[in-house]
Amino acid sequence: MPSVVEKKKPLTFQELLFTLQKFWAEHGCVLQQPYDLEVGAGTMSPDTFLRVLGPKPINIAYAQPSRRPADGRYGENPNRLFRHTQLQVILKPPPERVQELYLESLVAIGIDLAEHDIKFEEDNWEWPVGGAWGVGWQVMLDGQEITQFTYFQQCGGMDLDPISGEITYGLERLAQFVQDLDSVFDIVWSRDPVTGAEITYGSVRLHEEQQFSAYSFDYADVASLWKHLELYEAECKALLERAKTTLTAENEDKLSVLRFPTLGAYELALKCSHTFNLLDARGAISVTERVGVMGRIRNLIVGVAKIYAEQGRLTAAASASNEGAAA
Amino acid sequence: MADFLLEIGLEEVPARMIASAEAELLRRTLALLGKEALLPEGFDPLQDAKSYSTPRRLAVLVRRVREQQADLSEEVVGPATKIAFKDGQPGPAAEAFARKNGVAVSELRTITTPKGEYIAATSVKKGRSAAEVLAGEMPKEVGAIYWAKNMRWIPRETLKFVRPVLWIVCLLGDEVVPLTFAGKTAGRASFGHRVLSTGEAFEVVSPESYVAQLEGEYVIADVEARRHKIRKALDGVTRAVAGARWREDEPLVDGVTHLTEWPDVLLGNFEADYLALPEEVLVTVMRDHQKYFAVEDAAGKLAPHFLTVANIALDEANAAIIKQGNERVLKARFNDARFFWEFDQRTPLVERVKLLGNVTFQKDLGSYAKKSEEVGVIAGLLATLSNSRDAKVNEVAVGDAVRLAKTDLTTELVKEFTELQGIIGGLYAKSQGIDSVVADAIYDQYLPASSDDSIPRSKEGCVLGLADRVHTIVGMFSLGMEPTGSKDPFALRRAANSIVKILADGELPLRLSDVLSASSVQPEVRERLVAFFAERIDFYLREARGQAYDVVKAVMAAGADDLRDVVARAEAVSAARGSEDFVAVSAAFKRMKNILAQANYQTPTESGGFVYLSQDEESALAAKAVELIQTVGELSKERKYTEALAAIATIRPEVDAFFEKLMVMDPDIVVRQRRLQLLSTIVSNFSSLADFSEIVVGA
Repeated sequence: MPSVVEKKKPLTFQELLFTLQKFWAEHGCVLQQPYDLEVGAGTMSPDTFLRVLGPKPINIAYAQPSRRPADGRYGENPNRLFRHTQLQVILKPPPERVQELYLESLVAIGIDLAEHDIKFEEDNWEWPVGGAWGVGWQVMLDGQEITQFTYFQQCGGMDLDPISGEITYGLERLAQFVQDLDSVFDIVWSRDPVTGAEITYGSVRLHEEQQFSAYSFDYADVASLWKHLELYEAECKALLERAKTTLTAENEDKLSVLRFPTLGAYELALKCSHTFNLLDARGAISVTERVGVMGRIRNLIVGVAKIYAEQGRLTAAASASNEGAAA
Repeated sequence: MADFLLEIGLEEVPARMIASAEAELLRRTLALLGKEALLPEGFDPLQDAKSYSTPRRLAVLVRRVREQQADLSEEVVGPATKIAFKDGQPGPAAEAFARKNGVAVSELRTITTPKGEYIAATSVKKGRSAAEVLAGEMPKEVGAIYWAKNMRWIPRETLKFVRPVLWIVCLLGDEVVPLTFAGKTAGRASFGHRVLSTGEAFEVVSPESYVAQLEGEYVIADVEARRHKIRKALDGVTRAVAGARWREDEPLVDGVTHLTEWPDVLLGNFEADYLALPEEVLVTVMRDHQKYFAVEDAAGKLAPHFLTVANIALDEANAAIIKQGNERVLKARFNDARFFWEFDQRTPLVERVKLLGNVTFQKDLGSYAKKSEEVGVIAGLLATLSNSRDAKVNEVAVGDAVRLAKTDLTTELVKEFTELQGIIGGLYAKSQGIDSVVADAIYDQYLPASSDDSIPRSKEGCVLGLADRVHTIVGMFSLGMEPTGSKDPFALRRAANSIVKILADGELPLRLSDVLSASSVQPEVRERLVAFFAERIDFYLREARGQAYDVVKAVMAAGADDLRDVVARAEAVSAARGSEDFVAVSAAFKRMKNILAQANYQTPTESGGFVYLSQDEESALAAKAVELIQTVGELSKERKYTEALAAIATIRPEVDAFFEKLMVMDPDIVVRQRRLQLLSTIVSNFSSLADFSEIVVGA
């Protein structure tokens, strides 16, 4: 459908990402790189899931490729992806009038709000496996959901104080919107500044969609996946067990508290989560198993959140008493 | 007196919660002003109070509030004079009493009581200013507003509210009432529309100017005004398409009213090719997913247009952009739906039966495969039983419908549009050449979804609907997961309401006990089920049939197993209660019941007829009763309850004469027993229609 609306050349996919990252950097965010493990959503990166715990303020932004094996469509559906990209912004605590700040970020990527219809519609977020939930909105721009906006209330089954504001931009959707396209694969990823030649999203990523859809639906070896799941789970559980004796106020060896690998345990839990998703896409999880396996993963993830919070308390107390001693 | 205005500025409040919160804020404000004696004489809440709301604000305006409470003086009695005064001089007790009541010792008086002389004072409680009361009390009222889901956002504070509070305006007349709530102190600065206003705060001059000032900032604060504007715009925009109408949808109008501050409507189009998809799917995509109104042509058929309600003033330039954006989204959604529609058809429903083993119904009750099997048994019993009573239910079709009913849960389309389960199954069945009786039963299986909904079109659909729901209810009750108080997570009450409605409105010759017996229920569970269903029947008769509570009580006391019968009896009793004779007879029944209860009368196991040697009021009543028992029995058998009740009412002269002339509790025990037996016979025979003593007389 030819566009009836003349616009100046919209931002490419990568310019969109640069611009948003620059915007949030200029508003005090630490720019982090994507987490280098498979996650189903930007929320699961430790930069969100763990940093929202405890009292320490943080403003952080990062792009996060998110893998959802069951959502793959072999690259044949113009709007569904095995792997999509989220731009995740965590503001802890959220500043006053954070919605206005968010709207400014839209202006920064060339969206003139007077030319569009923007609505904040109720949409609450819940991740039972992480014992996490929040309230918020989906941001609708001319009928298209472009952002999830969430005020985190609980994580790992623990009340958060301060709470965090989470802004998740769906970059592909946003790019489709600003570039006015029907298919995700037609998104202009980059444009050669000299020749003007365009590289599309499809030419960069289509083969991934084809191959990973095939892997998740047709090739992944179920028996091996179960074995992986058990191995990751066992190691994570063992770490959680050791945390019980290491992460205590009575432990005199403060260095062992500081160095206890909670982050390692979390990675093992994330591995379990991704393996579960692969098994699910493969249709290998029966009804009777499903609830049970999800419960096992929940125990790992919530368990890690608990020891992360405890470790944070212990190290904060230790450094406070050190400062006291130094003074 | 001064006008009072309170506006709470918020981040976007969920649309579904706004109306009730607005009403509650008004209710609480008026209750507070009333309790604090700040409302003027002749205050009329309909004229003098008004509430407003938009997604970003809740407001209340009350006219002519008293600015000052009146002083209250009160007589306070203190210690005995002989303790307070020594030799006519005030002692420490007198001084303490005077101080406590804010008067000088010289102002104390002496009063005489039966117990002796005491000192007394007139204590004057100074009235507080309205501003002081409002600043002190109003925040508690705002904080107590109910929200279906709320949040914390202020560090180290426990306050929960629906969304963060951004600003508060609170004025009494032209003056600010600086109350504090959620960390915000009220002033006069408010904000207009996010995009259309300047974005800067503006100052509310006075309560009276509030609505007009907001309008200047592109906010229509009055919900009804906004709704009206939306409806007019929907009409106006639809006129661009010859002969077209927008499809009326009150809940959707309501939803978009609470999503906008400055609504405007835009007409969009989609390619006519998509009309090949089932209308149900297209409308669901538009309404539930995009909040668009569907458009139909003069014949009521879906037309390739939609209407979206934007929260901005439209002009030619932005309308073109917004239209194009919405059209693209809808196209993508329709494409998805078409993809799923075609993809799902590659695996016909009959092949999906085996997939149901992988879909959980409930973790302790197993998969949908198991459920379908069990529902099949129940449905089979109900169909056979109905046919034994000449109902002509197609038993084969019922069996097929049950087997396929849940298979659509495995389709992509239902995973995407869960609200269309059942309907999608019916559509697939039809397009896969399955018998239309089966397809329709599948399509209708979740009907009625609410009390306004109709029941399934066919008997087969009714049997499926009954069997599916009773299976769920019995299963949940057996696990102890029955509804309690306001908690009904599995919507079992709604399921039971539907069963009641199908039995009452439908044509199946089935009783509630037939439905319960068809599923294997343990006796103690059954007892709870019967009580649970009694509540639902009571609800049905009152809400769906509009019957008065006493009529409902009266007819249910005479049994409520046969729903169609109970409805007929209730209607007859309601119609009859206008008749003077009937009312008098009802009163007489109450009297009879009382006499029988006081006499502790037990119906004898064996009793002969009534034999009278002489003619008097008692024998006349007995003769009339015997005659009527026969007449009423015959009329009842034909469900001619109106006529039966009219017949019962004809007993009035005999009853009146009996009570006027004779004493039931005659000293002669033989006479007494005989008269009691007569009354008992009358009460028990006529109570098979209704317990008339429950009818409220002369209310």
